[in-house]
Amino acid sequence: MTTGIHPALPDPVLAQGLAERPEHSPESPLSIHAMTVAYQRKPVLWDVDYDAPPNKLIAIVGPNGAGKSTLIKACLGLVPRASGLVEFWGQEYKRARSRIGYVPQRESVDWDFPVSALDVVCMGRYRKIGWCRPVSRAHKDAALACLERVGMHEFAKRQISQLSGGQQQRVFLARALAQESDLYVMDEPFAGVDAATERAIVEVLRELKTTGKTVVAVHHDLQTVPEYFDDVILLNMRVVASGPVRDVFTRENLQRTYGGRLTLLSEAAEAMARAASGEMPA
Amino acid sequence: MTFSIPVDLFPLSAAVLASIACALLGNFLVLRRMSLMGDAISHSVLPGLVIAFMIASSRSPLVMFLGAAIAGALTVVLVEVVKRLGRVEPGAAMGVVFSVLFALGVLLIEQSRSSGVDLDASCVLHGQLETLVWWSADAPNSLAGLWSSDTLRAVPRQVWTLLVMAALSLVFVVGFFKEMRIASFDPALATTQGFSAGGMHYALMLFVAGATVAAFEAVGSILVIAMLICPGATARLLTDRLSTQIVWSVAIAIASALLGYFGATMIPGWFDRAPVNAAGTMGVTSGVLLVATIFASPSHGVIARMLRRTAMARTVALEDLLASLYRAREAGEQGVPIDSVPTRVCKRARARGFVERANGSITLTPTGEAEAATLVRRHRLWEHYLVDRAGFAPDHVHAPAEILEHTGLGPETGPETDPHGRIIP
Repeated sequence: MTTGIHPALPDPVLAQGLAERPEHSPESPLSIHAMTVAYQRKPVLWDVDYDAPPNKLIAIVGPNGAGKSTLIKACLGLVPRASGLVEFWGQEYKRARSRIGYVPQRESVDWDFPVSALDVVCMGRYRKIGWCRPVSRAHKDAALACLERVGMHEFAKRQISQLSGGQQQRVFLARALAQESDLYVMDEPFAGVDAATERAIVEVLRELKTTGKTVVAVHHDLQTVPEYFDDVILLNMRVVASGPVRDVFTRENLQRTYGGRLTLLSEAAEAMARAASGEMPA
Repeated sequence: MTFSIPVDLFPLSAAVLASIACALLGNFLVLRRMSLMGDAISHSVLPGLVIAFMIASSRSPLVMFLGAAIAGALTVVLVEVVKRLGRVEPGAAMGVVFSVLFALGVLLIEQSRSSGVDLDASCVLHGQLETLVWWSADAPNSLAGLWSSDTLRAVPRQVWTLLVMAALSLVFVVGFFKEMRIASFDPALATTQGFSAGGMHYALMLFVAGATVAAFEAVGSILVIAMLICPGATARLLTDRLSTQIVWSVAIAIASALLGYFGATMIPGWFDRAPVNAAGTMGVTSGVLLVATIFASPSHGVIARMLRRTAMARTVALEDLLASLYRAREAGEQGVPIDSVPTRVCKRARARGFVERANGSITLTPTGEAEAATLVRRHRLWEHYLVDRAGFAPDHVHAPAEILEHTGLGPETGPETDPHGRIIP
């Protein structure tokens, strides 16, 4: 893959894996090392380094265009990485796949699709079911139980376009629960939901934490960060600060994240994109 | 003219099998909002077919399939390339690629004619269904006569090819139903779960290319395009379940093929005209079925929606009458003058025993009274809710409450009086 960006580290170091590197622990559900991501040759994330502590609720916070969704997608291999390494419990993504649940943004799918809420939740079980095998009664029951946990039991047979936005988000959450993962990666789970759904989601997040899971979620509402989350990643094209909310979620750090100090970096990114695609300089 | 086995059996089987194969795959094209891709592939396999034919100088299905598959894959890749480098929307990219490739195919056919290749541009368009007749003199004329080994030997190659393709499509759609569903609905989740959405996409494209090749010789590309899109789109209007949609689409495809075939061969005969092109008629039939369904579908149809709206309007008119009678009684009036109420609304209210008329005015019956009390209660509870919870000004809440009271939903409990001081019944 030619992206016009040089790997941040020489290959032998990357090939060595992160587990042996002292700053990255194999207990960490998610370790990101020197990750740079570019869309169409334009860098959107620079040299991200991060280790998620196990069994914590972690928010990714940052302004629009900071690369929050991209960070998640690049970790899960949904967008290519220009450089860097990502490991889950010291393993590469392919081997840890079944321990990771993903909740995409609600807008990313077509809600007119002819499936019921239960069908969608069953999709979370597909990996356990395996190729070409039908969804068995037992898996359907497991999916129903997940719908019940988010308070959507009675809507199981509803076609998904007949659900409200908040209900759709809860169906997505139930689908993630159905994956029975150890790490949940969520893209804006609280975006555009009603108060009841917000409470339901928070309850589920806390329940996940008490059962030893880790959650990494893109979050847009700064006010609720200290209430809902343990840890926070402040992101604006690179990691401005990360760690426990009480240490990191400070006025000063937020100003550094939202204050536009990185304009030069984003201008440089634009210039690189133009140069790489052969366009005239502005 | 009626059904005759020597003349009609094989053309009809070819048409039905081609329609089934295309309809099965087309469901997913429609759902992924990429119907034009079916169009693109079915056109742009033409140069692939001609080139394969020129190189191998054989019309064996395997060679043809290979040529078409390569052309189909090339189409998918070219569309991506044009979209990225040309900075145009996907529809434009597909349009450019398939029209240019199709034109190239037509040119190649022209060129190859001198070198003795018997491919014909018009047969690519509407096929050669009519040439599939059972030529043998001892062809049976009754269904009973079909039960012999001669029948199997007489089946034309095109029908065999289509049978294989329809069977493969069925295996693909049934076997990978779950995987196609997740890859179509949520490609990102499919990929993270290890069902590569990209892989499923290319598999679908490969099958569409395969169905196109299998069908083109017998039924032509017109029918392929119609059958890829119309049955799936029609079936989508009839159900909200993917599995049911697929079953419906196959039924609609078979119906289009049968109706189209007999429409083409028989109806012109009634008016002393020569039969018209069968594949074309089938394509038109599938379009007519789609339009009919748009109007007549019980759940999503225009007519059904109109009826539901009318029913709702009637309910609203009836409920408004009951509420106004209730308010009149509250104000101490004995009923309202009958001339002030539309006759039809009044009739319906009387038919349901809600009101009675007495000397020129109408009043609530005890049943009507109870019904009206529920409505007024709901209205006033809404008014209270809007002021108390939603921060509306008290003089702004009547109109929204007037709409909300007809939804059947409302706050369960509230105070004794509404924001205007009237008692909540």
